[in-house]
Amino acid sequence: MIDAIGRPQSVLVLGGSSEIAQAIVAKLVPARCRTVILAGRDSPRLLAAAESAAAAGADTIETVDFEATDVEHHAAVIGNIFEQFGDIDLVVVAAGVLGDQDVDEHDPAAAAGVLTTNFAGLASAMLAVADRLRHQGYGRLVVLSSVAGLRARKANFIYGASKAGLDAFSQGLADSLHGSGVSVMIVRPGFVVGRMTSGMAPAPLPTTPEAVAEAVVRGIESGASVVYVPPLLRWAFAVMRTLPSGIWRRLPG
Amino acid sequence: MAGPPTRRELLTGWGRTAPSAADVLHAVHPDDVPQAFAAEASDPANQRGLIARGLGRSYGDAAQNAGGLVVDATWLDAVHQIDLTHGLITVGAGVSLETLMERFVPLGWFVPVTPGTRMVTVGGAIAADIHGKNHHRDGSFCSHVTRMTLVTPTGTREVSPGSDPDLFWATAGGMGLTGVITDATLQMIPVETSYLLVDTERAADLDDVMAKMVSGDDGYRYSVAWIDCQSSGSRLGRSVLTRGDHARLDQLPDRLRRDPDRARAFHPRTLVTVPVTPPGGLLNPLTVGAFNEFWFRKAPKHQMAKPHHMTGFFHPLDGVGSWNRLYGPRGFLQYQFVVADEEGETVRRVIERLSALKLASFLAVLKRFGPGDPGPLSFPMAGWTLALDLPVGYHRLDGLLDELDQLVLAAGGRVYLAKDSRVSPEGFAAMYPRLGEWLAVRRRVDPDGRLRSDLGRRLGLCQDVRPEPAPAPKKKRAPAKRAARPKAKPSTERITP
Repeated sequence: MIDAIGRPQSVLVLGGSSEIAQAIVAKLVPARCRTVILAGRDSPRLLAAAESAAAAGADTIETVDFEATDVEHHAAVIGNIFEQFGDIDLVVVAAGVLGDQDVDEHDPAAAAGVLTTNFAGLASAMLAVADRLRHQGYGRLVVLSSVAGLRARKANFIYGASKAGLDAFSQGLADSLHGSGVSVMIVRPGFVVGRMTSGMAPAPLPTTPEAVAEAVVRGIESGASVVYVPPLLRWAFAVMRTLPSGIWRRLPG
Repeated sequence: MAGPPTRRELLTGWGRTAPSAADVLHAVHPDDVPQAFAAEASDPANQRGLIARGLGRSYGDAAQNAGGLVVDATWLDAVHQIDLTHGLITVGAGVSLETLMERFVPLGWFVPVTPGTRMVTVGGAIAADIHGKNHHRDGSFCSHVTRMTLVTPTGTREVSPGSDPDLFWATAGGMGLTGVITDATLQMIPVETSYLLVDTERAADLDDVMAKMVSGDDGYRYSVAWIDCQSSGSRLGRSVLTRGDHARLDQLPDRLRRDPDRARAFHPRTLVTVPVTPPGGLLNPLTVGAFNEFWFRKAPKHQMAKPHHMTGFFHPLDGVGSWNRLYGPRGFLQYQFVVADEEGETVRRVIERLSALKLASFLAVLKRFGPGDPGPLSFPMAGWTLALDLPVGYHRLDGLLDELDQLVLAAGGRVYLAKDSRVSPEGFAAMYPRLGEWLAVRRRVDPDGRLRSDLGRRLGLCQDVRPEPAPAPKKKRAPAKRAARPKAKPSTERITP
């Protein structure tokens, strides 16, 4: 169960090998989270994430095969997880790919792949999760969105559009779950320095997986519905969303 | 769900934290309760158990059952039998202590134990084995219960301390996880009037108030101290101590003595209701500090035998409707613990921690308990108990309270489940070493683990409880250990830490 201070005792991560998710789990486990289920593509990274959760001291750690694009099987995969492990307090939606804008712009199928993984696939999985959480009468969904979805930039509009879709979907889902005992928190980090962005020049106000994890844990504690990391981005983007398009498209990067 | 009509509702405890949705069923007749058990069992798609709920005054998640069935027992409010000669009354479990006082105080009988609010049901009072300002004299609520009807998944039972002491005392403080109480018989205490003669005095610091309580409490039926947790240094723990006894008619002032009906009257009123939930942060160190200063200064330095009406003496906060809203949208929690008499130093260390952090705690309340009753999960035991209201939302509240748990545990103490909303399963099991006995009784009356609550799930009391093949009698199971998980499916990999 989730306690009065918001601490979960069990967590399911969709996209279990995500660096940010790993950092979140590392903070939750010492704060009483005993069960960690990492759903993701079977890979050495997923096993490494499981081992780090074990090292943090979780009692039950399992990995489950989960493919974001395999929408046909989402209901069954998610259903099995809840059957097998019982109630899940917190579900972190962390799966996602960055893609390669320059290549994908000229490879429509690859672009559609990014959109499917980051948006359509996760939307399908989240609906399956939402059904189970609604049934159990409580729970919390944490969705890793991005400020890239707030206004698409020419430099990464395919990724940005996928996050815009995910973000809008999560807002709607949050409203739809109102009163069911289930709540949704949307996390909008800026440029996260890490594996996904290795080799890229950081955008202004960069952050780290640890900082995102800290913000997520604090957000859970304070009952936030939207969290920006770093927090300053909330105001930066309030301005940037209103910039005239002529200026917006000339911004570097 | 088949059976009696239910409605999906979002529920919290009095602290307004950790909401969860459940199907709520209003039991209007005791027979509805076994029917609810049958309905729950007959729906294979939704076997998330059942818990009773009264007036929702437990601070945490005791009367919630996420995704399951919650039996609202407040309509089981009939008065079944009255013996005014001996003060024995049999009432439905949904009758509130307020109703008991309104009806029986004018007839010369008062409830044997009342907490800081009248808005609790008899069923809830038993399930939490509540205590009051008279614990050092009269013990806790269940010591005054002579029998009850308990509906369990394995049948309806008439339970008394003599007929089935294990089940009776497992139900006392068992937080509803041994069955649904539908009625109970109470031994009331005789009173002549609805007034008390109260002595009030200020104490300069913690040593002063503790010394006064140790030396003087035995002379009073009721005793409690309010502590200013924000004072520090030489004034750490400055307090207002109020103690009193029921007033006889001849002890009251003339105007009341000449009008015995008025001297026995009990008409509680809600003076004002908090209409909406204000934004968080209204109760901050500044406002609470100002209140604490005011409360301390307003108390007379020393006043003897002043007549106070029961409502003001026992239940001052009941005059303000929905006062729990004042803590804002994130809600609040109450941390209440007890430690043995010789561990008074722990009380000091807790107050020092709070004082150092300048956390806004309203009305910290200190009191001395007498010996506990035999309930394995009953909270009171001889010693000091301190209760602190704390707003949720302050960063690091979690760490602070975990630290306080360690202090309390090291002193052999425990926290009160009716107030708890955040203790860990391991901490809880260590605080209640007789948990194994309690679990054995629960398995006897509820072998399939059908009685469930959010509190029970959080503390690992009712997770996947399955009938064990052949449990050795009185075998103590590692209490906080989770039930074995099913084997991983082939598509999954298990990693052992």
